[in-house]
Amino acid sequence: MRRGWFLPIAASLGFAFLYAPIVSLVIFSFNESKLVTVWSGFSTKWYGELFSDPQLLGAAWLSLQIAAISASIALVLGTLAAVALVRFRRFKGRTLFSGMVSAPLVMPDVITGLALLLLFVAMESTLGWPQGRGMLTIVIAHATFCTAYVCVVVQSRLSDFDRSLEEAAMDLGASPLRTFFDITLPIIAPALVSGWLLGFTLSLDDLVIASFVSGPGSSTLPMVIFSKVKLGVSPDVNALATIIIAIVALGVLAATILQLRARPKRARG
Amino acid sequence: MTTAHEPTIPPPRRLRPWNAVERRLARVGITGRMLVLIAPVLWLLVFFLVPLAVVFGISLATKQFGRPPYSALLSTEEGTVQLTLHLSNYIRLFTDNLYVAAYLSSIRIAAIATVITLLIGYPMAYAIARAPDRWRNILLMLVVLPFFTSFLLRVYALTGFMRGNGVINQFLGLFGIEPLVMMQTDFAVYVGIVYTYLPFMILPLYTTLVKLDTALFEASADLGARPARTFLSVTLPLSMPGIVAGSMLVFIPAIGEFVIPSLLGGPGTLMIGRVLWDEFFTNTNWPRAAAVAMAMLVVVVVPIMLLQRAQSAVVEK
Repeated sequence: MRRGWFLPIAASLGFAFLYAPIVSLVIFSFNESKLVTVWSGFSTKWYGELFSDPQLLGAAWLSLQIAAISASIALVLGTLAAVALVRFRRFKGRTLFSGMVSAPLVMPDVITGLALLLLFVAMESTLGWPQGRGMLTIVIAHATFCTAYVCVVVQSRLSDFDRSLEEAAMDLGASPLRTFFDITLPIIAPALVSGWLLGFTLSLDDLVIASFVSGPGSSTLPMVIFSKVKLGVSPDVNALATIIIAIVALGVLAATILQLRARPKRARG
Repeated sequence: MTTAHEPTIPPPRRLRPWNAVERRLARVGITGRMLVLIAPVLWLLVFFLVPLAVVFGISLATKQFGRPPYSALLSTEEGTVQLTLHLSNYIRLFTDNLYVAAYLSSIRIAAIATVITLLIGYPMAYAIARAPDRWRNILLMLVVLPFFTSFLLRVYALTGFMRGNGVINQFLGLFGIEPLVMMQTDFAVYVGIVYTYLPFMILPLYTTLVKLDTALFEASADLGARPARTFLSVTLPLSMPGIVAGSMLVFIPAIGEFVIPSLLGGPGTLMIGRVLWDEFFTNTNWPRAAAVAMAMLVVVVVPIMLLQRAQSAVVEK
């Protein structure tokens, strides 16, 4: 059968395409030469340079804070939205609501960024809030699009769990609120964790929206990286990329192992 | 809803606080549904829907020096409120060749890149869906992993790969092949879009392909169809929702892409996301940028509707 060799080869080539540039970037982060593509010996000096660059460190710290706060806001809003969409079959404006929740997923970044900036400017001139732009406005912007991602993740978890558990709790006299905190929340907890992590990484990664809504003195990590890359090759960006890739790879690996471990247990119980 | 029929047996003591809170809220007319809906509805109205309305409003203003750098739509003069709407931005969009060319070239680049992504992603998704169980999760993780690593850094990794003295050209040099010019061409932009959006194509395709009943293939083979025929008349039509969902997930964001054309493309690579960016940051013409954004919204509305239909089909099956 032809499919016998075609699929494995196509898949291997595809994976090679996905990983080759990343692998070469990691290798060249240990290159001695400033020329990013000519190998001249092993060195970790770019990592040292990275940690002595105050601008980069400041931007990284700002980005981490923004990511943590906006992922947390998005976690609350996205979970509430998911509960509404899965549990309330009918309510006024449901179509509009589900549209508003999912549209930010595919909205081009330039539109989202421009729209929020114009909103902030208009609000400042009419309401006097928010004053200027910076961390607060970036957090609001990121929380908005991360809400959409959290909602998708939580929605899928909510729609495939056994509702009889909730009904049993209610029959035993628990109020809906109590049922939610005692029964629903523990069950959807894994989805909440992955939703938060997804929001965190997406916020940490955003360049376009942050460029629109940030103010002077509040450059996020992607903004600093982008301006460095625009100026030309910089081996310290390779080093930074390697660190980020290593952290992410470990995180995803840990999550996958946890999931695989959890599976047989669930089947037994 | 719940207050209508109270349980006849009084609830245990430890349940009381929550129930009491809810009863008190119900008394002032606040139901559980309202409590769940109010925060996300308000947030999305204020930070998603209203901003789009503001963009539309400002697209009808003109550039002005000052803060904010656009003319006011409403003005009051001697007790009368005047509404001034300028259509000049939209007229410029249709009369200035730059904008029309940028829209057309964005759609062309996004469409071609989407087709290439589909051609690469389909066999990968199929291979993963047909892989043995213990391999499947690992392969899926390998697809998702790059999606979690920074988008910007992956585009940057490509520049190191395709540069004049980059990895590919050094490799070709080993065989005595002249270095290729890849960076700052449309070719590099295609590679960039395919490279960064491939996971978005593979995941929905995988979701539909993995649910297909293998009995269908066997039936088709038993009836004498060759593998190619089975693929064309059974597999392909059944995976259509995945194809549409994946394609739209690549096509829609690719149209408005800014990072890829500005890092990989050349000065001749016209894309509308970049035009909007320049209009805003370089020319500080906010009303013109707003009009460009509104026109871009019109372009992506139909693909977004297609996507929503396909996505519900992917989930339901």
